[in-house]
Amino acid sequence: MNTNYELIAGLEIHAQLSTSTKAFCRCPNRYGAEPNTLVCPVCLGAPGALPVLSKEVVKQATKLALAIGAEIHLHSRFDRKNYFYPDLPKGYQISQFNHPFATGGELHIAVGTSVRPIRITRAHIEEDAGKSMHLADGSTVVDMNRCGVPLIEIVSEPDFREPEEAGAYLTSMRELLRFIGVCDGNMEEGSLRCDANVSVRLRGESELRERTEMKNLNSIRSVERAIRAEMQRQIQAYESGGEISRQTLQWDDQSGKLTPMRAKEGSNDYRYFPEPDLPWLEITEADIDCERELLPTLPAARRKRYREEYGLHEEAVYLLASDRAISDYFETLLVDGRAPAIAAAWVQGDVQRILNENAWDFTEFPVSAARLGGVIDAVEQGRISRNAGRDLLRRMMTDTRSADEMISAEGMEQLSDATALRGIVRELLERFPSELAKYREGKTKMIGFFMGQIMQATKGQADPNSSREILMNELDHSN
Amino acid sequence: MHPRIPSPAILRQTPSKLPEAVEAALACAREHEDLGAYLTLLEERAREQAAQVVARVNAGERLPLAGYLVAVKDNIAIKDVPLTCGSKILDHHPSVFTATAVERLERAGAVIIGKTNLDEFAMGSSTENSALKQTLHPRDISRVPGGSSGGSAVALAIGSCHAALGSETGGSVRQPAAFCGVCGLKPTYGRISRYGLVAFGSSLDQIAPFASTCEELYPVLCAMSGADPRDATSASAPVPSSQKLTEPDRKLRIGVLRDYLEHESLAPDIASASRDAIERLRSDGHELIDLHLPVLSYSIPVYYIVATAEASSNLARFDGVRYGFRHPEADELSQVYDLSRGGGFGPEVRRRIMMGTYVLSAGYYDAYYNTALKVRRVIADALLDALSRVDVILTPTTPSTAFKIGEKVDDPVAMYLSDVFTVPANLAGVPALSVPWSDDSNGLPIGLQLIGKSFEEEFLLRSGMILERLRPTT
Repeated sequence: MNTNYELIAGLEIHAQLSTSTKAFCRCPNRYGAEPNTLVCPVCLGAPGALPVLSKEVVKQATKLALAIGAEIHLHSRFDRKNYFYPDLPKGYQISQFNHPFATGGELHIAVGTSVRPIRITRAHIEEDAGKSMHLADGSTVVDMNRCGVPLIEIVSEPDFREPEEAGAYLTSMRELLRFIGVCDGNMEEGSLRCDANVSVRLRGESELRERTEMKNLNSIRSVERAIRAEMQRQIQAYESGGEISRQTLQWDDQSGKLTPMRAKEGSNDYRYFPEPDLPWLEITEADIDCERELLPTLPAARRKRYREEYGLHEEAVYLLASDRAISDYFETLLVDGRAPAIAAAWVQGDVQRILNENAWDFTEFPVSAARLGGVIDAVEQGRISRNAGRDLLRRMMTDTRSADEMISAEGMEQLSDATALRGIVRELLERFPSELAKYREGKTKMIGFFMGQIMQATKGQADPNSSREILMNELDHSN
Repeated sequence: MHPRIPSPAILRQTPSKLPEAVEAALACAREHEDLGAYLTLLEERAREQAAQVVARVNAGERLPLAGYLVAVKDNIAIKDVPLTCGSKILDHHPSVFTATAVERLERAGAVIIGKTNLDEFAMGSSTENSALKQTLHPRDISRVPGGSSGGSAVALAIGSCHAALGSETGGSVRQPAAFCGVCGLKPTYGRISRYGLVAFGSSLDQIAPFASTCEELYPVLCAMSGADPRDATSASAPVPSSQKLTEPDRKLRIGVLRDYLEHESLAPDIASASRDAIERLRSDGHELIDLHLPVLSYSIPVYYIVATAEASSNLARFDGVRYGFRHPEADELSQVYDLSRGGGFGPEVRRRIMMGTYVLSAGYYDAYYNTALKVRRVIADALLDALSRVDVILTPTTPSTAFKIGEKVDDPVAMYLSDVFTVPANLAGVPALSVPWSDDSNGLPIGLQLIGKSFEEEFLLRSGMILERLRPTT
C-alpha cells in the first residue's frame, strides 16, 4: 500500500439494548422467534397507534453513557427520520438527531503495546427496523419482529489511522457493552452492527477529503478487511488522477468486495423533524446517580488493578477482566484472602479447560466460587495434592457437596506423615533393587520412577513435596 | 318524521327504554341516509351494547354516560370495525384495536351507533374531500355541513345521537358545530388520549366532542379525559369531576378580539350577531375587554406548514405494503409506493403531503418549517398572555355560515381561511368551544367561539352556558 497516504476512519456502532420489551411498545425484545409473532399495533405502525418510551431503554442508555464517560443531556429529544422501505412500517424511524441522549466520551484501545483513547462524538437512542429477506425466487419477505427493538447508536470521531485500530475499538466496545449488560454483542445475530466512514489523505494534509460509508460489517474481521479494501480503492483512485464521491458501499465478506448500495427510495434527505408523539426525554441527576451506583467496575480499571496490585501476567489480566461473570468470580475467590496469582491460575487454567471441553459459556459453569475456594484452600493447606484438587473440581461438575465434605467423606486427606511415608519408601527400595542400582549408577531419572510408585502405593494421596524429600534422603543415605 | 330519541337524562332514569332509543336512533340515521352523515351504522353492535348497559345499570353500576348514544368520526379506531378515514387507501381495513377515548366512553355506559363521514384523513373544512360520500347540510342540502368532522355534526343535528366525536387539528369540530347549530369543544392538547385517532398533525390533533348543549357535552368530556399510558402526550392534569354543570357564580372578564370582529372576511350577519352577543353579555353584568393580537394573522400560514409537515410523515405508513389499497398494476417496489399512494389518496391529501414534504426538505426547512415553529411559539405566547388577563376570549367561530357545495373546492386558500378564527387555539393548545348563537338571514346557524385557559374546559363550558341563556330566541 502507498504509505504516503494515511487513513481517516470512524465507526458507527448500532447496539441492540438488552431490554425485556421493545423501545416504544410492550412487545418482547427477543431474537429468533417465528417471523412476525412479536408484533403489535404500535411497532407495526397501525393507524392510530402511538409510541411510548420504555424506561428500561433510558436506564440502559444511561449505563452505556456513563461507561464511556459521555455527558448525558438532561433533556434530549426524539426526531423522525423519514424514508420509505418495506421493513419500516411507519415510513419513518424514531431516532435522535438534533438533541442526542449523550455526547462526548472516549474508549481506550490497545494496539500492540500502546493504549490510546478514541474519542466518541455522540450516543443516541433509536429504534430498529424490521428485517428484509431476499428469497431465491427474487421476492422479498419482511420479518417485523425486529421493528422497534431499542438501539443505541455510538458514533466515534474519525480517529482511526489503521484498520486494526477500528477492529480493536469494536472489540473493546463489544466487551464493554457486554460487561455492563447493555447488549449481548452478538454480531452474527445482528444485535451489534457496525458501519464505517472512510477517507484517506496524504500525510501532512490538514483538510479531510471526501468520505464513503460502508455498511454491513458484521464481524470485527470484516471491519478491518473492508476498511483496508476501501482505503486501497481510494488511494488507487487518487493515484490514477480520479476522485472519490460520497456514497454508501456494501461489503461482501465472501468475495471481499465493496459494491455501491442501491440508494434508498428517493434521495438521502431524511427530513428530520421533532417526533410530535413523544415529549422531551427528561432525566434527572438522581436517575443518573442511581445507574452510576449500579455500574460495575469497568474492565479497564480491573485490568489496572490486576496488573499493578496483583502482579498478574498480561494473559491473565486480559482474560480475567474481559467478561463480567468471570471477573466477578475471580474477585469473589480473592475475598477470603487467597493469593491472586493462585486464584488466577485456577480460573485461567482448570476452569477455562472445563469450559472449553464442554463448550460452555461461563454462566453454565456449575461450581460456585465458594466451592472452588474450598478446593484451592485444601491444596494450599497441603491437605490434598494439586492433582487431587484438580480431580475434585472435575467431580464437582456432578457433585454438589463442598470440597471439605468430599475430602473427608472419601478419605482424600493427603498422606504427609513422615514416618508413614518413610516406611513406604523403604519398602519400595527393597522391592525394586535393580532400579535402585541404576540410580546409584547415576540415572537420576529413576527419581521419577520411585515418585510414581509412591503415588501408586498411596492412591495419589502422598504429599508430593514431603514424599520427594524423604525419597531423596533414603536414596542418598540408605545402603 | 322519526320519533325524537329521549334525552340522556330521561334514558338514565329509565334505562329500560335504551334498546328502544337505539332503534329510534338507527331509524333516524337511515331516514336521513341522503344527508350522508354515516359511513357505517353499527346496528348489531349498538343493540348488544345497549343490552349490556341495561344489564350493568340493573346490576347496580353507576354509569355516568348510561343513556348516551354516540356517533364516532371514522378516523377513530374501534376494534373489528372498518376504519376508513374517508379514504380509498384504507380500503375498509378493520381496526385491530379500540381508541382509548371510545373505550372510556363505552366503559362509562355510552352506546356507539355508527362511524361518520369526514374529509379524507380530516383534511378539509367542508367534508367534500371524503372519497366515500358527500355529506349535506341538514338545513340546506345545497350547502356543506363544514368539516372535517361534518358527518358527526350532521349525525347530531338530525337527532340520531346525543353526542358525537370529531377530531380537531385546526377547527374541524368547532367549524362544523357552528355551521350545523350544535356545540363543539376542542379540549386542551393532551386532555384526551390520541391513542386510536389516526394522526394528521400530531402536535395539534385532539379528539373533540359535539353535543346539543354545554350541559350534555360535559359528561362526555369527563369520561374521555385523563392521562393514558398509551399516549405519551396525554396530560396528567386533574380530570374535571362529572357533577351537574352550572353557570359560573360570578361575572366574567371576557376578552373580545377586535382583530376578528373587524376581519375583512367576516360576513355582516356574523359581525352583527357578535355585536349583539357582546351587548347582551354586557347587560348581563360581564366585563368586556378589547384585545388586539395582530400576530394571530399569521395563524393560517403557520398552521398549514406545521400540520402538513407532520401529515407528510404521518401518512407515510399508507404505502400499499402491509394493508389497504395496493394498485393492481404495481409490480415493483417503487410502483407499489407511487401508484398505490398516487391512486389511493385524494387530491387534497396529495397536495398536503407534497406541501409538507416540501417544507421539511433540505434547503427549505429553515425558511418554512423552522420559521413556522418559531412563529407558532409567538402566537401561543400572545394568546396565553391575553388569557392570563381575562377569563375567556370571545370570537365568532367562523367568518361565514355554511357555504355552497363546490363553492370553494377549486380555491384551497379560500377553503383554508374558513378556519381562520379557530386555528390559533390549536396552535396554542388551549381549549375552545363553539356555541350556537343565532341564524343568519338565510336561516343558517351562526356559532360563537369561547377560548379558555389550558385544562379549564369545565369553566369554559360553564361560560358557554351563559351564551346559551342569553342567545336570542327564534
